[in-house]
Amino acid sequence: MGFFLETLFGGLMVGMLYSLIALGFVLIYKASGVFNFAQGAMVLFAAMAMARFYEWIPKWIGFDNKILANVLAFAAAALVMVMVAWVIERLVLRHLVNQEHITLLMATLGITYFLEGFGQTLFGSGIYKIDVGMPKDPVLILESAFQGGVLINKEDLYAAVVAAVLVALLALFFQKTATGRALRAVADDHQAAQSIGIPLGRIWIIVWSVAGVVALVAGIIWGSKLGVQFSLSLVALKALPVVILGGLTSVPGAIIGGLIIGVGEKLSEIYIGPMLGGGIEIWFAYVLALFFLLVRPQGLFGEKIIDRV
Amino acid sequence: MKHLMKSLALGATLLATATGAFAQAKEQFFPLLAYRTGAYAPNGTPWANGKQDYLKMINARDGGINGVKITFEECETGYATDKGVECYERLKTRPGVTLFEPQATGITFALTDKVPTDKIPLLTVGYGLAASQDGGVFKWNFPLMGSYWTAADMLIQQIGKKEGGLDKLKGKKIALVYHDSPFGKEPIPLLEERAKMHGFELTKIPVTAPGVEQKSAWLQVRQAKPDYVLLWGWGIMNATALKEAQATGYPREKMYGVWWAGAEPDVKDVGEGAKGYNALNLNTSGQTPKVIQDILKYVHDKGQGTGPKDEVGTVLYTRGVIIQMLGVEAVRRAQERFGKGKVMTGEQVRWGLENLALDQKKLDSLGFSGVMRPLSTSCQDHMGSTWARVHTWDGSKWSFTSDWLQADEQIIKPMVKAAADKYATEKKLTRRTPADCQS
Amino acid sequence: MLYRENGQFKSTYRSDQQIFPILQDRIAIALLLIAAFVVIPLIASPYLLTAIFIPFLILALAALGLNILVGYCGQISLGTGAFMAVGAYAAYNLQTRIDGMPMIVSLLFGGIVSTVIGVLFGVPSLRIKGLYLAVATLAAQFFVDWACLRLGWVTNGSSSGSVSVAGLNVFGLPIESPVQKYLFALIFLAVFALLAKNLVRGAIGREWMAIRDMDVAAAVIGIRPVYAKLTAFAVSSFIVGVAGGLWGFIHLGSWEPAAFNIDRSFQLLFMVIIGGLGSIMGSFFGAAFIVVLPIILDGLPYWFGIPIDTATASHLTFMIFGALIVFFLIVEPHGIARLWSTAKEKLRLWPFPH
Repeated sequence: MGFFLETLFGGLMVGMLYSLIALGFVLIYKASGVFNFAQGAMVLFAAMAMARFYEWIPKWIGFDNKILANVLAFAAAALVMVMVAWVIERLVLRHLVNQEHITLLMATLGITYFLEGFGQTLFGSGIYKIDVGMPKDPVLILESAFQGGVLINKEDLYAAVVAAVLVALLALFFQKTATGRALRAVADDHQAAQSIGIPLGRIWIIVWSVAGVVALVAGIIWGSKLGVQFSLSLVALKALPVVILGGLTSVPGAIIGGLIIGVGEKLSEIYIGPMLGGGIEIWFAYVLALFFLLVRPQGLFGEKIIDRV
Repeated sequence: MKHLMKSLALGATLLATATGAFAQAKEQFFPLLAYRTGAYAPNGTPWANGKQDYLKMINARDGGINGVKITFEECETGYATDKGVECYERLKTRPGVTLFEPQATGITFALTDKVPTDKIPLLTVGYGLAASQDGGVFKWNFPLMGSYWTAADMLIQQIGKKEGGLDKLKGKKIALVYHDSPFGKEPIPLLEERAKMHGFELTKIPVTAPGVEQKSAWLQVRQAKPDYVLLWGWGIMNATALKEAQATGYPREKMYGVWWAGAEPDVKDVGEGAKGYNALNLNTSGQTPKVIQDILKYVHDKGQGTGPKDEVGTVLYTRGVIIQMLGVEAVRRAQERFGKGKVMTGEQVRWGLENLALDQKKLDSLGFSGVMRPLSTSCQDHMGSTWARVHTWDGSKWSFTSDWLQADEQIIKPMVKAAADKYATEKKLTRRTPADCQS
Repeated sequence: MLYRENGQFKSTYRSDQQIFPILQDRIAIALLLIAAFVVIPLIASPYLLTAIFIPFLILALAALGLNILVGYCGQISLGTGAFMAVGAYAAYNLQTRIDGMPMIVSLLFGGIVSTVIGVLFGVPSLRIKGLYLAVATLAAQFFVDWACLRLGWVTNGSSSGSVSVAGLNVFGLPIESPVQKYLFALIFLAVFALLAKNLVRGAIGREWMAIRDMDVAAAVIGIRPVYAKLTAFAVSSFIVGVAGGLWGFIHLGSWEPAAFNIDRSFQLLFMVIIGGLGSIMGSFFGAAFIVVLPIILDGLPYWFGIPIDTATASHLTFMIFGALIVFFLIVEPHGIARLWSTAKEKLRLWPFPH
């Protein structure tokens, strides 16, 4: 029972981390109708920027304080992501307005390749370290109730809390601020939003920047866990089932979907995995999402797809 | 269509002129398959740098191999089999091509089928097909210095030593956390054999390539509570495994890695968190050996170094140097028979690889004293030496914590023969005759 | 002037409905076939054949299959690599387990098994649409990836998970040299291209296109979505499975599941999109573009004598590849096939402006 709780908690926390990445997908899809396959590459790019700036800024300016280095690196990386968003909007999105979904999907795949190559050219292809002071050792709780206690990974716990705070901030941003309202209007109907004077291009830049900063936070958390290296972009593949399970257009969906996928993945790997030889978690997550979709084809919280004939 | 035709015409003409220029083989050409991009780049890059630097050093210090200058060209494979095959096809037609060293088990499998036809030897130091140790079937494969079966065997021996005897392993649990690919699965037959022999329980925990997210694997480790964990990873999987081991509180002292899971990129970022982690090593590291000093002097001090200077002498870099040295020595040996000062063909280099005799004196003269153990190959034995040691990470550097271990040939030889025979029947090959061994 | 149809009257329905009704087109295709079957084997170097032409042919076949599913029937599938893997491993199993099995039978068997799996994973398409379906098909991709590594009977008990074939022959004729492999793949491609073209020109093809354009309206007028979508998955998976078998047998010779991973799926999808959705010709263009481009990009620095290290060259290849994809999609979102048909339209009028 104790181990079951461990797996459950582990799954919930990993789920929160997946939803952090899924959030980027949802934000961009909500506001520009583009399924951004490049989100993984953006997470990688942001994480590499953060890791390298953390190394370089102290050398360039010449000081030794870790916290200051982290803060400056974060600011620099966020700036880089805003620039990336600007470039993408300018060079790609502007010219692909109103194209079919699959064309936009392919364009983001092209951006993925470009960012991966560009990131490795700028920042190198070794393993880089992100050190934001996350604790690495585990903590044992409920030792009285269960033999050996229930192991909680402190790093994951902190990360899950950060993710929750970020989601809350984003939810507030969307509901309460004028820009948030403008983003929701654009998500509803591009043309109608344009006709009432909402500047489409600027909104897209804002959205991609916000998604970029979300990618940066996700990159920092995952990078701190796994080390910043090319394969970080593959974590996005694990976050995709979260996106479709929760619904492409729903921020709470990304969270709930993340929790479901996280728990489902871990429980399946631990309890069903050994029977099948192990290594099942990645396809199990997708199959789980698939089953949910069979019941609700638009995801749990997604917008109902209405076909007009 | 027009695009295709134009680019093909351009490619064909350029290819023709390029090959035309090299029609006469005046130099010994070493194709260097490497991966400096992708998920395995952190480990592949120092390896590739070591290989290149050694060749540059031989040219600078000795003027080549008995006067024959060395040329080389690197080809990026990204650890992908099809790119490796494409690099092979492109570079195998170069005049003076010596041998291929794919740096990847997957590519090795693909090229094993092609090299007998193309008559170019395949050098797979410490990786590749375990069965290819049997030179009677695998004429063109050379898994020098060890394979995954010898590695697994030595790890079990070391664990046995720690327990106070191999018989003490009865009833213990050993978990294998492995990269879910041919590389990771290769040691399993030997470990299962040893498990039967000594009565320990082997738990196999695969990690989907490239091993980015391993929480479930390590939760399973926590559930199984094995006495030892063997780590069979490559690239980012190793560092992630150690981080997850720390996060789930598995004692790193109980972890033993294969020689591809025990280098600086794997532990540097984990730092103190990997303290106590053990791994096999085929060679020493550090900048003291004479060959490393020579590389620093003749290559890096002249600004010709392939990688950063502080990488010189690291574990994988040194291994790359050793690998290239074995290739160069094979050419030198072939020259002794087929003509000193001449460019050697693939077939001649193959003979050289099969008749290597690197005793301690020779190793010392090459500058490798203390770096590796002596090695000598033969027609039936394409491995040459099965020695390795265990080193441990203390938080900031590696240091050796065991004597030299040697794989138990009593167990391995029959397994190798059986596997080689199976391969021969599948491919409809016959074992080499003694006469063939002399050629 | 060159491309006018003047004087080409058809007197039978049969001649009116042929694939290439215009004489110039027929001449062009005849020349192309002669070039492909006769000229290229004679003049191309073994390297060109093994590194460019054979992968091009096999991937064009796979792109053809995928185009039927994505381009003609509108079901986005990201799991094509999985179906190639199924075809390759099924063909391998039949070939190795039964001695003396003809290779063509093995390959077709691979296609049949791939059809079954394809239809199975196509069932969700009856309920799920669009991008949701695309991500759901990734379930197929990862499941097959895992199955090929884990299920021992798939690899015939290979301990390492890597399999290989040898001694390929057709009725005693060996398929070993590059020229023989090239011709073998070419014959498969030609036959399947013809079959595919006729399928999409027929009733079933029209049903697919109706489902793609407006699936609710199609259902209203009596086209059964189940039948149309599942046959699209079936035909597509069959072709992709045979292509997978060819890829493993002819091109790689020895492979592991990673040869058919998600990168392969993306590569095929690129081919279909860049080449042109809903166009048989488009599959060929896309395959040529995606196969040849990386090789040219990789070799460019050496041809121009610019010494850059392989890592940077590789990164540049990625960057230029990605940038070109985006550029292409901006310039011609409907792919090279659209450019081609526009060019032909212009050619009809040439040298007159309108």
